[in-house]
Amino acid sequence: MIPLSPPSAIRPPLTEARSSLWRDAWHRLKKNRLAVIGGALLAGLTILCIAGPWFLRMSYQEQDLDLGAAAPSAAHWFGTDTLGRDLFVRLLYGGRISLGVGLCATFVALTIGVIYGAIAGYLGGKIDATMMRLVDIIYALPFTIFVILLMVFLGRNIILLFVAIGAVEWLTMARIVRSQIMALKKMEFIEAARSLGLSNTRIIFRHLLPNALGPIIVYTTLTIPAVMLLEAFLSFLGLGVQPPMSSWGTLIKDGAEKMEEFPWLLIFPGSIFSLTLFSLNFLGDGLRDALDVRGAQD
Amino acid sequence: MFRFIFRRLVQVIPVLFIIITATFFMVRFVPGGPFTAEKAIPPEILRNIEAHYGLDQPLGRQYLNYLGKIAHGDLGPSFKYSNRSVNEIIADKLPVSLELGALSLACALSVGLTLGVLAAVRRNSGLDYLASSLGMLGICVPTFVLGPLLVLFFAIHLGWVNASGWYTAADRVLPALTLGLVYAAYIMRLTRAGMLEVLHQDYIRTARAKGASEFRIITRHALRGGLLPVVSFLGPATAGILTGSFIIETIFQIPGLGREFVNSAFNRDYTLVLGTVMLYAGLIVVLNLATDVVQVWLNPKLKFA
Repeated sequence: MIPLSPPSAIRPPLTEARSSLWRDAWHRLKKNRLAVIGGALLAGLTILCIAGPWFLRMSYQEQDLDLGAAAPSAAHWFGTDTLGRDLFVRLLYGGRISLGVGLCATFVALTIGVIYGAIAGYLGGKIDATMMRLVDIIYALPFTIFVILLMVFLGRNIILLFVAIGAVEWLTMARIVRSQIMALKKMEFIEAARSLGLSNTRIIFRHLLPNALGPIIVYTTLTIPAVMLLEAFLSFLGLGVQPPMSSWGTLIKDGAEKMEEFPWLLIFPGSIFSLTLFSLNFLGDGLRDALDVRGAQD
Repeated sequence: MFRFIFRRLVQVIPVLFIIITATFFMVRFVPGGPFTAEKAIPPEILRNIEAHYGLDQPLGRQYLNYLGKIAHGDLGPSFKYSNRSVNEIIADKLPVSLELGALSLACALSVGLTLGVLAAVRRNSGLDYLASSLGMLGICVPTFVLGPLLVLFFAIHLGWVNASGWYTAADRVLPALTLGLVYAAYIMRLTRAGMLEVLHQDYIRTARAKGASEFRIITRHALRGGLLPVVSFLGPATAGILTGSFIIETIFQIPGLGREFVNSAFNRDYTLVLGTVMLYAGLIVVLNLATDVVQVWLNPKLKFA
């Protein structure tokens, strides 16, 4: 159960309370070995993808048609694709796109979805009904048409991916948060918080949302891979990144088509993708436990 | 409850109206038309074709005509498949997608819920790690990898089923597995998270204190709260599964509706876009209503508002 804040007269300043919540969480997170490994791997991969290409002699579009698809070797660590392009280099460049789209679009979706869902669930009634019908409408609008329209206005632009994906991915998050908030707001500690005269904003952000963190974090770690794969789908339709530029999603997609003859074209992108997702997942689980306001009873 | 459902069903009409209107003008805003081909059609013929479909009239006029038609249940002719109406195309392909979707959903729910509950109840045990890793694997392996892998193994190496097609009962197995396992992974992760939130709450301790069996505590008490995230996820997810998947239908050569969603947009087949969108919108609205009803039914403290 959440510790109730004392009445405002004797309450310590807000900043202090907040920093101790986060400081406690940080201490608990540091003790969680899996979460630390996950976070370190993620940070390492990100730095490698951002900085790696600066130190490479090869570019992602350099072809060696005579070489063709070659197995991994000293010259090409992860092998080359059918056009003789170095897979390691393409993976690094692809990581910039995939990590960028995955993390940024998810962050946007997370922010909008959590705030929207929390407001709808907490206020209820007509406001909730109107807000959720708007969600239904956005769900149903044809995604492909929307993306084509965006392309007409923005051109073939990487920003298009962020906008298109961010616009749809927050919807399910909003529904999940709303259902959690609706269940939580009927519980005794919220009634107590309300009878203490706390503001709605404070009740939502300090008392309700911390108790819904588990599903929020898990759905976030589910959204990131979904976003990266949606990017691959858009690219497949010709609406995302185009060769010779790559993303992890498109590399996996190409690899899947040739997995019998040139298995490394699937194995390396697939492994990097999975490694990233597993790291994210461990970090997410660790964060969830570290921020668990009900304490570690089990 | 019936008043609640009735009120929500009345809301369906304005929601569908907004979706139809927005989609109608969105598709018309996209450059190109249904008869824009690589090989240009002579302008006189193009004019004839457009007059035949009423595309030469002012846009507002076309919109009103279209609304009048769909009020009578006529979704109009397809522009791409000549001599076929949108009603016929949907009647033809929807049953295929519904069948595949129902099978996948059954697979996703049975695998996902079982593993999710077991993982949460036996938290941090070997079983939890196994189930959680399987769940993560299901999320890491996208359908366009899982599908070909299953085909390679079960169809080509073992020869148990056909690699593609939609003729015999055995043809249903691989597509349903591919689609179902991905959703199973999502459901497993969400069930585990939801159950963990609930399992250490006071009313579970009360149930345990009064001597209820572990099975009864999980099925009668914990699942009610623990399923909330899954239920909210399932509304839109079910609508997506039932209307078909572009990727699955392409891999396995299935004549379902999923490909029409994407192809109709690229073909600028205005009426088919609107028809499929209306179908999907109807499903979304009805399924989201259903999940809201289930939520109240699961949680006795909530009321129909």
